[in-house]
Amino acid sequence: MSALSERPANPVVGQEIPHEAASLHVTGEALYTDDLAVRTHGILHAHPVQAPHAHARITRLDPSPALEVPGVVRVLTAEDVPGVNDAGVKHDEPLFPSEVMFFGHAVCWVLGETLEAARLGSLAVEVDYEPLPSLVTVHEAIEAGSFQGGQPHMERGDIEAGFAGAAHVYSGEFEFAGQEHFYLETHCSIALVDENGQIFVQSSTQHPTETQDIVAHVLGLPSHAVTVQCLRMGGGFGGKEMQPHGYAAIAALGSTLTGRPVRLRLNRTQDMTMSGKRHGFHAQWRVAFDDTGRLQALDATLTSDGGWSLDLSEPVLARALCHIDNAYWIPNVRVNGRIAKTHKTSQTAFRGFGGPQGMLVIEDILGRCAPQLGIDPIELRSRNFYVDGQSTPYGQPVRHPERVAICWEQVLTTGDVATRKADIAAYNASHEHSKRALAMTPVKFGISFNFTSFNQAGALVHVYKDGSVLITHGGTEMGQGLHTKMLQVAATTLGVPLSTVRLAPTRTDKVPNTSATAASSGADLNGGAVKDACEQIIERLRAVAAGRLGVHPADVRFSDGHVGKVGGGATVPWADLVNQAYFQRIQLWAAGFYRTEGLHWDSSAMHGSPFKYFSYGVAASEVEVDEFTGAYRLRQVDIVHDVGDSLSPLVDIGQVEGAFVQGAGWLTLEDLRWDESDRPSRGRLATQAASTYKLPSFSEMPEVFNVALLERAHEDGAVYGSKAVGEPPLMLAFSVREALREAAAAFGPAGTSVDLASPATPEAVFWAVQEARGGAEPPHMTAMVEGAPGVVPDQPGADAAPLRPRSEQAAQPARAGT
Amino acid sequence: MTEPIADSATEELLDLTVVVNGVPRHAKAPARRLLSDFLRHDLRLTGTHVGCEHGVCGACTVLVDGQPMRSCLMFAVTAQAHEVTTVEGLGAIDSMGPVQQAFIECHGLQCGFCTPGFLTTITAYLEDHPHPTADEAREAISGNLCRCTGYQNIVKSVLRAAELRAERAGTTT
Ligand code: FES
Ligand code: FES
Repeated sequence: MSALSERPANPVVGQEIPHEAASLHVTGEALYTDDLAVRTHGILHAHPVQAPHAHARITRLDPSPALEVPGVVRVLTAEDVPGVNDAGVKHDEPLFPSEVMFFGHAVCWVLGETLEAARLGSLAVEVDYEPLPSLVTVHEAIEAGSFQGGQPHMERGDIEAGFAGAAHVYSGEFEFAGQEHFYLETHCSIALVDENGQIFVQSSTQHPTETQDIVAHVLGLPSHAVTVQCLRMGGGFGGKEMQPHGYAAIAALGSTLTGRPVRLRLNRTQDMTMSGKRHGFHAQWRVAFDDTGRLQALDATLTSDGGWSLDLSEPVLARALCHIDNAYWIPNVRVNGRIAKTHKTSQTAFRGFGGPQGMLVIEDILGRCAPQLGIDPIELRSRNFYVDGQSTPYGQPVRHPERVAICWEQVLTTGDVATRKADIAAYNASHEHSKRALAMTPVKFGISFNFTSFNQAGALVHVYKDGSVLITHGGTEMGQGLHTKMLQVAATTLGVPLSTVRLAPTRTDKVPNTSATAASSGADLNGGAVKDACEQIIERLRAVAAGRLGVHPADVRFSDGHVGKVGGGATVPWADLVNQAYFQRIQLWAAGFYRTEGLHWDSSAMHGSPFKYFSYGVAASEVEVDEFTGAYRLRQVDIVHDVGDSLSPLVDIGQVEGAFVQGAGWLTLEDLRWDESDRPSRGRLATQAASTYKLPSFSEMPEVFNVALLERAHEDGAVYGSKAVGEPPLMLAFSVREALREAAAAFGPAGTSVDLASPATPEAVFWAVQEARGGAEPPHMTAMVEGAPGVVPDQPGADAAPLRPRSEQAAQPARAGT
Repeated sequence: MTEPIADSATEELLDLTVVVNGVPRHAKAPARRLLSDFLRHDLRLTGTHVGCEHGVCGACTVLVDGQPMRSCLMFAVTAQAHEVTTVEGLGAIDSMGPVQQAFIECHGLQCGFCTPGFLTTITAYLEDHPHPTADEAREAISGNLCRCTGYQNIVKSVLRAAELRAERAGTTT
């Protein structure tokens, strides 16, 4: 146990408490950004002009007809930008483009007294386009050699030797879809000019500091002239990590030009057609096993579909490479990555941040190869688990690998897997047109931002004279329960009841230079900072209490709102002590800071120890598939997941369940379709509404859903022994996909291997069933090839730049240009 | 009483009176004003949320004469002279209804954006079906989407709300 991880007696952390804002939510009093619009006097509304081409040059843009529309106040165009015309930090995404880069790209914005006036104005703006050739699929981009950003390369061992001596070699290709975030609250920003020209932006953003940076650089102002606040989000899932900045900048620009508050809220169609999504990937791979099914070598090239600009595509790709091993030891590894540049929305962070994409590749490989190897997939997977002393392909020792095995055993037992597999075999033998299967998959997920510098956080804790406590920290609340956990951490460290502590909204003028609330690290980082601030205050109060109680400062104990001596005796109420301290001129507030120790990472070499620890989990899913339609039911799911010593068990179990269902959505239901035809609508997102984009609903819920948190799971590298939870459980949903594969295969003879498209919609499962019955390869799939040395994946050209994201160049300027 | 912030400058404004949460509310709005916008913008009742804007997600569900309706699919004029109940009408912080209480206890929400639509839907459902089974509870809310919770705790909340309702009925009668 470390000072960071040790819990005092009777801590508030670990208690099952409701979400901190639950009573506001159930009474309709919780405010989201757009709710502030009706509370803001004289607000203007922004509406985009969206281009109807996947790729085109803008040859003329005339806003003047819009100004004739009653209620239109102003049209914002590139000429209005006093600072940098860019919505990001890489200078590749102009806020007002001269070239349309995807269907629906906003070319300018209209401000109106009402949203309807702004909408009518947007229709009146005259734009002439010269259409240009476009690349809409990742295949087209690969064919055309259209890539962007660095091309990471990760290698360990001797790849050729790994293949040369292997008993079994298989090669294949796999292309899988992205995912729309579909946070229920669409993007929204409200900006106004405050006293003395201070710009105040309220934004639904996971990264207020970066929103502040971008607003400042668009307006040509220093950061201190811009304040960003995020009350809360109606879901983020990564979609509001990088994407809100441009919208906030438009609102802020409109506000500085008109002197009035400006509201920019995307409607659902705009949100879906303009904002980035999870990256779809294409993978080429070859894999080698020994004669017992142990992985010997993996050679893969991953191509992510980045869309029109880089956004977060480079770090997403890096994380994909860092998770292609999932929980498996592979001695010889070579993985190359590249980012396709296509005429689509700029794909971005989404829960897991490339990790799920990397892991899907290896899980797909194991699922396809198991029947060929003649090994039960449950056995094949567990046989390849990491054991103590082994390292990842990027050189990080795998700590606590036994936790995968422990979770695995627990699921086997509590899920009664052996009995159910026998039942399934009996069911399948007696049902010709319906088959069942049960699959188990593990998760190992690295926690921390890959890029070391982002692993820092700040907090501000005020103790007022009456003993009440106000905390602010750098993280944002999007439903994940971060604020709830931070209140618990503060109450625990200060030794006061939860009701003594209140949390104020996230603002850049309270805590500066924050990292995005992302990478599941919100509680680790901000919890460390809150704890640090509270400890500073406690140390000061300890001296006051020692004097008052007549004991040694080390013997003072703060617990449940009372301050006394370790071991009992007289106590002083917290508020009395605080008040006394005030009169003794003791500083009753503190700024806390935390940085994760022990991390190092070189993304050019794809080597180092980027993660503080790994989160582990295991899921078993059972499905039933209908032969004629490919329709399926998810009969039962059993999960054991490692969240360390949970800070807040209700919150954590909720995160596990929600992430699993969202992962199952990505893998089985959610089907983004882009128009790939040569019609004028080429590049248009065809699934741009909830009616055409299928989200998980009650009907897709597992019929039986058992979730347990791993016990005795203390993590001594993190605050109060806890572990991150936001992203890792999403990947437990691989078990659903693998179960569908096995159920489809059960329609064929024993040992059938099927190729299952992703998402595994009923249609895709139908084709997999056909393949199992001796039919053709499913559409959009490529048959696996057996035999050494395998089909070597595309290798990078000599001109391929190593991965070196801008953030890292800024951190190490001396190396720029190398 | 409020400035008509979302009006088209060109459209004729109608005088509307809708009884919302028991109180007759008047506002001027154009004929095409959606009930959801009317509640949010004209009456400033921002507890009603708009998620999909076309009747799929259920976030905007309110009760019209006790029946769940998607306020994004209804014009405000059609609610004229009807009784509308929004989430704000289900109970305040110090006087919560059983469904509200159950969602807090069972952690039936994360980001909370879908919550008002679930609360109104479930309130109406329990009026007619005070003792649902788990399967019936699922069925009752299968028309609402939640992107965060994975639904488990929402089902638990329905069952817990039924319990709380029964308990309260027991103590007050
Ligand atoms: S907003 Fe009305 S149903 Fe989605
Ligand atoms: S709690 Fe976020 S959508 Fe349901």
